[in-house]
Amino acid sequence: MQVKRTLKKSLTGIDGFDEVTGGGLPKGRPTLVCGSAGCGKTLFAMEFLVRGAIEFGEPGVFVAFEETEDDLVENVASLGFNLDDLVEKKLLQIDHISIDRSEMSESGEYDLEGLFVRLGFAIDSIGAKRIVLDTLETLFGGLPNEGILRAELRRLFYWLKEKGVTAVITAERGDGSFTRQGLEEYISDCVILLDHRVNDQVSTRRLRIVKYRGSLHGTNEYPFLIDEDGIMVMPLSSTSLDHESFTERVPTGIEALDQMLGGKGLFKGSSVLLSGTSGTGKSSLAAHFANATCDRGDQCLYFAFEESPKQIVRNMTSIGLDLSAHLDTGKLRIVSARPSHYGLEMHLATMLKAIERYEPQCVVIDPISTFVAAGSATDAQAMLIRLVDVLKAGGITACFTSLIHGGDSFKGAEVGMSSLMDTWLLVRDEEADGERNRLLYVLKSRGMAHSNQVREFLITSEGIQLRHVYLGAKGMLTGTARWVLEEKDRAESADRAEEAERSSLLSDRRATVIEAQIAALQAELAAEKIEHQRQRQKTKVSIDQFRDAREQMARSRGGMATTTENS
Amino acid sequence: MSEYRLSLFVTGSTPRSIKAITNLRQICEEHLSGNYELEVIDLYQHPEQAKTNNLVAAPTLIKLLPEPVRRVIGDMSDEGQVLFGLDIQER
Repeated sequence: MQVKRTLKKSLTGIDGFDEVTGGGLPKGRPTLVCGSAGCGKTLFAMEFLVRGAIEFGEPGVFVAFEETEDDLVENVASLGFNLDDLVEKKLLQIDHISIDRSEMSESGEYDLEGLFVRLGFAIDSIGAKRIVLDTLETLFGGLPNEGILRAELRRLFYWLKEKGVTAVITAERGDGSFTRQGLEEYISDCVILLDHRVNDQVSTRRLRIVKYRGSLHGTNEYPFLIDEDGIMVMPLSSTSLDHESFTERVPTGIEALDQMLGGKGLFKGSSVLLSGTSGTGKSSLAAHFANATCDRGDQCLYFAFEESPKQIVRNMTSIGLDLSAHLDTGKLRIVSARPSHYGLEMHLATMLKAIERYEPQCVVIDPISTFVAAGSATDAQAMLIRLVDVLKAGGITACFTSLIHGGDSFKGAEVGMSSLMDTWLLVRDEEADGERNRLLYVLKSRGMAHSNQVREFLITSEGIQLRHVYLGAKGMLTGTARWVLEEKDRAESADRAEEAERSSLLSDRRATVIEAQIAALQAELAAEKIEHQRQRQKTKVSIDQFRDAREQMARSRGGMATTTENS
Repeated sequence: MSEYRLSLFVTGSTPRSIKAITNLRQICEEHLSGNYELEVIDLYQHPEQAKTNNLVAAPTLIKLLPEPVRRVIGDMSDEGQVLFGLDIQER
C-alpha cells in the first residue's frame, strides 16, 4: 500500500495564516513574501520567527539588509515582541548586513560565499530552523555585477533547501512583476503577496497566496490587520456551514417577547436581526438582551457603533436598566468604534479578536447598518456572513440591530442580511391621531413556533413592555387611541350594568303598581257587589210596596184585582 | 610600522581564492613593498569573521589603514581597481 506523501509544513503561529495555508509555510523550503513598501512584509517575517521561537521552539535567524539591529528591536517592541530576550536565550539571532557601494570597488570575479558562510554560521550557532532574509534584493543595489548575483541567488536558495531551514525571503513589489528583480523565478515553492490599498479613504491590508506548490490553499485575498498582537489574517474561506445546532434556549430579557418566540426565547447560538426605523427602540431591546445575559451570569460583548459606552449606560438607566453594575463586574463589555474609523475588514477583525479574547455567550452589534456606510452593501454583507459564521461556530447568541429607512421598501433592503438570521424582529412605528406608537412583530423565527401577532411596544421607565394591540371595528389601534377605546368599552359596560339594574327596578315598581291596581279593583268589585245587593233589595221593596198599593187600590175599587198579575 | 594594513578574506583553497591571494601579493610587492601588512583569512576556518567584518562577497579585501576603510571584492585580477581601492591611484 502506497503511503500518501504530503508536504510538510511549518506553522507560522500567525493568527489565521495557518488556517489559510492549511498548516503554514512549506517546511525546509524558501517562501517569497512580496509587497509594496509598508505592507507589513518585515513584520510578517519577524512574527514568523518570533512565534516559531516562542510557540514551536524553533530558533530563527533574522538577516536584515535594510534595518539595523537596534531599529528592528525597537520597531517590533510595540507589538510586544521582546527580541533582546530571545537573542539572549539563543532563540533568535539578528544579523544586519549593510553594503556600502561607495567604499567598495570590484576587481575581477567574485561570489557570495561570504554571505553563505555568514548565514551558515548564524544558523549553526543557535541551531536555527527558520531564517528570514529581509529584503534580499537590496544586494542588487550594493553589488555591481548582476550576472554573478543572479547565479549566486539561485545557489543560495538551493543551499537553504539543503540546510533544511524554512526560509522567508521578502521582496519589494516591482512594476508588473511580484518583485523588482524577478526573484519569483528562483523561489517557486510558495509566493505570498501582501497588499495595502486605500479605497474611499479607508485603508485595508490584504494577503494572497499566489502560489503554493504541492498544497491546497485558499486563493482569495484575505484581509489582515496589524495590531498590538501582531498580524491577524482572517480565514474567511475556511468558514463553512457545519456548525453545531443547539436546542438550548436563551431568554431575550423581555418575557412577553419570549412568549412570542415559542414561549422560551431564542435558540442558543442563533442570530437575531432587530430592524426598525429610527427611534423605534432597537438599542433598548438589544440592551435588555445584554442585561438579561449578564443577569444570568453569562458574558456579553456589546459592539456599539453609534454611541459611547457612557452614553449607552446613561440612556439605559432612563428606562430602568442598570448596565453599569455589569460593566463593573466585567460581565458586560462595551466596545465602541466609529464605523468610518477603519475599513470593514478591520472592523470584522477587531470584533473577531474581541470575541476570541472575551469568549462571550452573547454578542450585541448595534447597528450593522452603519457598515454599509463604511463599505459597500455587498462588502458589508460578505463581512456579516463571516461574522455570523464565527458566532455560530462558537455557539454565541447574537443580536444585530439594523436601522431601516421608512417607506415600504424596508423589507427589500434587508433581504440579503435577513437570510443569514434565524430570527427577525421588526419594530415599526405607527403614526395616528397626533402620536407615534411602536409596534413589534416576529417576521420569522427558524425552528420554533412563533407568534404571528403584532404587539404594541412600550418603553417605560421600568423597561420595555409589550401590550396586545386593540382590535376593534375600526382596525388595529395603539397608543392613546387604544386607551380611549378601552376606556370607552369600560364605560359602556358599566352603563349596561346600570341599565339592567334600572330596568329591573322599574319592572319591580311596575309590578307593585299593578298589584296595587289589582287591590283597588278588587275593592271596587266588592263595593259594586254590595251596591248591587242593596239595589235589589230596594227594588223588591218597591215592587212589594207597589203590589200592596195596588191591592189596597183594588180593594178600595172593589175587587178589581186581576189574576194576570198573579201569574 | 607599516602604513598599510590589509585583510584578505577568502573561502578555502578554491582557484578563485588562490588567484586572489597571488594577484594581491603581486600588486602589493610592486606598489607597497615593505610598507604593508597583509593578513589572509580563510572564512571556512573562521566563519565568525564574516559577520564581524560585514562580508557578503568573497574574496574581499579590506584596507583597514590608512583611513578611510575601503573594500575591494573579486579575484584582484583588475590591478587598476585594486590600486584605486587602496587609494594609491585615481580611477
